[in-house]
Amino acid sequence: MSVSRTLLGLLETGSTHGYDLKRAHDELFRSERPLAYGQVYATLARLLKNGLVSVEGSEAGDGPDRKRYNITDAGVTDLDDWLRTPERPAEYLQNTLYTKVLVALMSHRSAGEILDAQRAEHLGAMREYTRRKQTGDLADQLICDHALFHLEADLKWLDITASRLAELAEQPGLADR
Amino acid sequence: MTAARGNVSAVATSRTGALLSATGLVKSFGPTPALRGADFSIRAGEIVAVMGPSGSGKSTLLHCVAGILHADSGSVTYAGRELGAMSDRERSELRRKEFGFVFQFGQLIPELTCRQNVSMPLRLDGLSRKAAELVADQWLERLDVAAVGRQLPGQVSGGQAQRVAVARALIGGPSVIFADEPTGALDSLQGEKVMGLLTRAVRETGASLVLVTHESRVAAYSDREVIVRDGLTSESVRDR
Repeated sequence: MSVSRTLLGLLETGSTHGYDLKRAHDELFRSERPLAYGQVYATLARLLKNGLVSVEGSEAGDGPDRKRYNITDAGVTDLDDWLRTPERPAEYLQNTLYTKVLVALMSHRSAGEILDAQRAEHLGAMREYTRRKQTGDLADQLICDHALFHLEADLKWLDITASRLAELAEQPGLADR
Repeated sequence: MTAARGNVSAVATSRTGALLSATGLVKSFGPTPALRGADFSIRAGEIVAVMGPSGSGKSTLLHCVAGILHADSGSVTYAGRELGAMSDRERSELRRKEFGFVFQFGQLIPELTCRQNVSMPLRLDGLSRKAAELVADQWLERLDVAAVGRQLPGQVSGGQAQRVAVARALIGGPSVIFADEPTGALDSLQGEKVMGLLTRAVRETGASLVLVTHESRVAAYSDREVIVRDGLTSESVRDR
């Protein structure tokens, strides 16, 4: 995830301090690993250096940094470009699950057991997200849906692989090794 | 809300804690074996997803466990009573009084309004039309479809019809609900709403839910899953 673009997006809604940006970020993304203050200030310093944010003014306060940050026109353009550029689909071909199934087949272990154990693990995770979705707000629902659909895709692969195991085991390249 | 029956806590369970259990179920259709010694069990208040590829035998398992189909061999026990030892009439009464059903396509009676469909189990139980429809209205409201009570099933959306079917399955206060692909005909969002309402109602009433599905997002509403493959369940495989 791009922290700098997220902070730019938050700043586009109005100028604010680093402390409030961190809080808004953690609130918005329900981050299981909240953003560290150090990362926020380091990112803001980089954005400032690149002319994507400006300092609107400093206020006296307890914290070390009471600067009020503002997004610049260049920052808005950068954010706009980032949002409009489609993401490259993740690299799936060297997936660990696939590797485990191949290694199990090559070594004459039970690939079915590996798939069953993984299915149970995936479903367990899906139960967690489903529970969180049922008790959460719309932001929770969106983020959990994203996770659920990806896990579902993995599970479909697990199921179709399970039904192809007999055929796979007879592949010369796998059985002869 | 008053459930007409269904004091689930009072229903007997086996020594293993199972309210409903099946062992060694074998069922063939002509020369084609559908179940080859399947085991299954569910405790009171539990939600169990029955998963597996098409043709694996999961619907046949549900029909055998619910007493709709008679297995060629093996046994099904509900609350300490062996279904195979019951007469057809006793089994039919058990299904009507203790079990509720939700199918992929609501299977509502098209000539009756949604409210009349929901009140049907209570009418069959001898309740007056007025009393039964009063309870039906409460269930329709609980499932967010109070507005369709006076409409015919053909006049409502698929998601609404399925919620009406859920209300009909729950109105009699069953101890076990059997749902066979209850969201199979719905889009993701409608399916999610139906599953949320179904599982919440089941939790609140303390009923058990046997949920046949091939969709993992639906199975994620369950407490645990049983996988059916080639007529055997993961429970039967584990026990061997």
